[in-house]
Order: sequence, then structure tokens, then C-alpha cells
Amino acid sequence: MTGRPIVVVGGGQAGLQAALSLREHGFEGRLDVVCAESEAPYDRPPLSKRFLAGTAGTDDLTLRAPAFLDDRRISLVQDTHAVAVDRADASVALSSGGSLPYDRLILATGSTPRHLPVPGSAHPAVRVLRTVDDATRLRTKLQPGSRVVVIGAGFTGLEVSATARGLGCEVTVVEALDRVIARALSRPVSEHLLRLHRENGVRILFGRQVTALDGVPREAAVEVLLADGTRLPADVVVVGVGVRPETALAETAGLDVADGVVVDEHLRTGDPRIHAIGDCARFPDPAGTGSLRLESVQNATDQGKYVAAFLMGADAPGYTAVPWFWTDQYAAKLQIAGLTTGHDRCETDGDPASGRFSVRCYQGGRLLGVESVNRPADHIKARRELAALRAPAAAAAAAV
Amino acid sequence: MAKITYSRTDGTSDTVDVPVGSTVMRGAVLNGVRGVVGECGGAGQCGTCHVFVDAGDADRVTPLHPLESEVLDTTAVPRRPTSRLGCQIPVGEELDSLEVKLPDYQLPPV
Repeated sequence: MTGRPIVVVGGGQAGLQAALSLREHGFEGRLDVVCAESEAPYDRPPLSKRFLAGTAGTDDLTLRAPAFLDDRRISLVQDTHAVAVDRADASVALSSGGSLPYDRLILATGSTPRHLPVPGSAHPAVRVLRTVDDATRLRTKLQPGSRVVVIGAGFTGLEVSATARGLGCEVTVVEALDRVIARALSRPVSEHLLRLHRENGVRILFGRQVTALDGVPREAAVEVLLADGTRLPADVVVVGVGVRPETALAETAGLDVADGVVVDEHLRTGDPRIHAIGDCARFPDPAGTGSLRLESVQNATDQGKYVAAFLMGADAPGYTAVPWFWTDQYAAKLQIAGLTTGHDRCETDGDPASGRFSVRCYQGGRLLGVESVNRPADHIKARRELAALRAPAAAAAAAV
Repeated sequence: MAKITYSRTDGTSDTVDVPVGSTVMRGAVLNGVRGVVGECGGAGQCGTCHVFVDAGDADRVTPLHPLESEVLDTTAVPRRPTSRLGCQIPVGEELDSLEVKLPDYQLPPV
């Protein structure tokens, strides 16, 4: 496994990490990373925050210097799509016309924003945020006084709202459910974020459905039409209604796909020579009985590291990393350790009014996760606590 | 550019040119300096870009922020009076020739 070629499809956090970790583990063969974008691998979280605010530039996003990647003989095949996998021939066909042979293939194809399935959603004032291109173009629309309508009060939508307010825009958020980040956060933290947004002048409409986007194609502005008849005029509409995994390549290769490329506990598809990691992978839940697909930097980097260790023959039990997430909105740093969805009880430690508190979430007495606002020490301790719950034996051994 | 040296306890070190406006963490991670992780990308949230800045250099770097201090309470190698998070130290010309020392590890051993 040290000399034969490995191809990574996807130049995001997961793909880059897999390549870096393969070299760290002593892999010496040819190593290509196929990147759909023209940018070298970059850090996405700032796209909705510092980069969108204009306080960070493209150079600040680069994950590794080109000279360093050259030195490690990690070849970036930029501005190129993998169009097909020939499993019999063990090669990947590229949009450039060439192909790359592989001994092992790592799919790190990421995810793509969902579009709104309503009339008018192709209007040029309607945007999504995923790439540095998206962010660069959106930034020019966020002028003082611009009317911004954000559809979806999830992580991306709220981060964009906070940044847009900081730039002096008028911001309205339209959310179908009854609170912000309803699917991923406990009620106390969700309410805290809502209060922050309201204090900062964001208008949030709950329980509303968007039925259409009405605009003259060549005019800049558009109106967002809601089911209750409300019309919201907007200079720009940002759609943040989640993502779908990029699975087309896996599907056409005949691999099992079910809202993500289905992998086993070693992040391996039904074809033992092909792995899938990061946003695009659906893997067994190490803490439960079902499966998970996660969209986060942590998941991308930890799975990249795992697959490299596994391929290089490290004695690897299944993937068990504890998920964690963060978001920055105004002065609030929110950190989530574990997955708190489905909790039946939560305990708040600290006073939300102070802007510093943690919420511990349980299901049937078992700790699912901890959400911390401006309490980084609680977060890091919670990650260790959750890791110990997952691997009591390993934690006991490490403590000796 | 500012030349910054990252020294490890095994006696090895790397000296890299870090662009003004970047941070001590990014200078290391961009160039693959062993011993700095920067898991959260510079949000000051993970404590894996722990560095030691000699007392003699303390007034060359920006002061410690209370939340940074709280993260330092959780680092894998326990904090010392000279502990900082590399991501919270912006780089300017005045940091040229700065040496930071790296802890033995950034992530708790599992």
C-alpha cells in the first residue's frame, strides 16, 4: 500500500486532509487530488463571516501553501471534475478528457446547497453560499441599506444575517419552523440566538412558507412571496435551506447511495477499493444504531485522517470521532459537542442573560451533547467526556 | 513578511516567512509546521495552536483575551504563564524574528 496510486476526488477539507495524512503515514505513491473549483483547497467557514464581511481575503482562506503541497508531492488537479469511475479498469475519467488510474479511490465530493423549489428561484438576485465565488459575488450586494432576505434560519442563514447586519444591511429572515436552528439546537440556545439577532435589528418571521420569487429578470430587485400573502422586497435573497450530498459520481459507478454515499465503519463503500468521507458520506453512527451524514469541518478532517490511517494499515477499529461544530454570530461563540438532536431533557449551566452558559442535553439519562455559548472550556471538557463515553477502554488506557 | 521560528522540545525547529496580517497559527499550518494543528481554522475555539511566547517577547504580541485564556485552561499540555493561542496573535513587521516554542502535543493522547 505504499507505492500504488491513490486518487482523491474533492479538494475540500476532507480530501486535502486525507492526502496530507496519507503522506504523514508514509505513503509514497502517486497522489492526485481532483478539485472541481479553480481555487486550491480553502477554508469555508469564514465565507459567511470574515470573508463576507471583507475583513479576510482569498489568501487568508488557503489551507496549505502551494510550495508545501509540492514538497509533499500532492498533485492538485484543479478546475476539473471527475466524470466517471471505471471500477473494472480502476480509473477515474476527468472532465479534461484524461483519466487517472487508482489503486485506492477516496470520494470526498462534498455537498451542494439546495435550491428553493418555487417559481422564480433562478432570478439573479437569489443566491446560495457555498464557494468563494458565491461569497465574492454576494459581498458586492451587501451594501449599507441593502434589503436582504434570508430564507432559512439555519447556521449559514444566521451567519449571513449577522454579517449583513454588521455591514449595515436591512435583514429579514424567513423560517418555516417555529425557532432558529430548530433541528440541531436545544430550545435555550436557540432562544438565545434569536434574542441576539433581534437585539441586533434582524427581523425573523417564523412558520412562514415561501411560495415564489417575483422579479423582472433584468432588474436587480426581487420580491419574496409568502404563503400568507406577505411580499418582501429584496435587493438580494440568500437561500440557506440546507445542502444535498454530491453523490452523482458514486451513483453512476453503481455504489450504494442513500442521502450520501453509504460506507461501513471503515468509511469503505461496497467496493473495498473505494472510500467516501466528509459531507458526502453516510456512515454508521458510532453512538447509536442508525447512520449519520454530517456537514462540518471536524467531520471532514477526522474522516480524512481516519481513512489515511486505515489505508496505511494502522490498526484501525471503526471510525468513532465525536462530532463538534461551531458558529460565530455577533459576540457569541457557540460550540456544540456531540449531536443533541432528539434529547428529552436538558440542563442549563450558567445564566443565558450573561451571554455565557452551557446546555447539557440527555436522552434517557445518556449524555448526547453539550452546547456552549462563550464557554470554550465547557466545550472542550464535553468533547473529552463524550469521547470517554464512546471508548471507555481506550480512555482508561490513556489515563494510565 | 515576518520570519517566525517554531521550536519543538526535541530540538528541531522551522523558520517560515509569515505574511503581515496573518497569524502565528496560520503561518505554521500553511507551511505544514509539525506541532501546530489549528483544528478550528483560527476561530479560537479548539486550543490546538498552543504556543509559548517568552516573557521577553510578551510586549511584542497582542494581549491575552479572556476567552483565549479560558481556552488555554483546556490545552492538552497544561498552560504556563507564557501560553498563547497562535491564532489569536496577529502578525505584523514587529514580530520579525520572533521565536515561539511548541508544546509536545496539541491533542490529548487517545
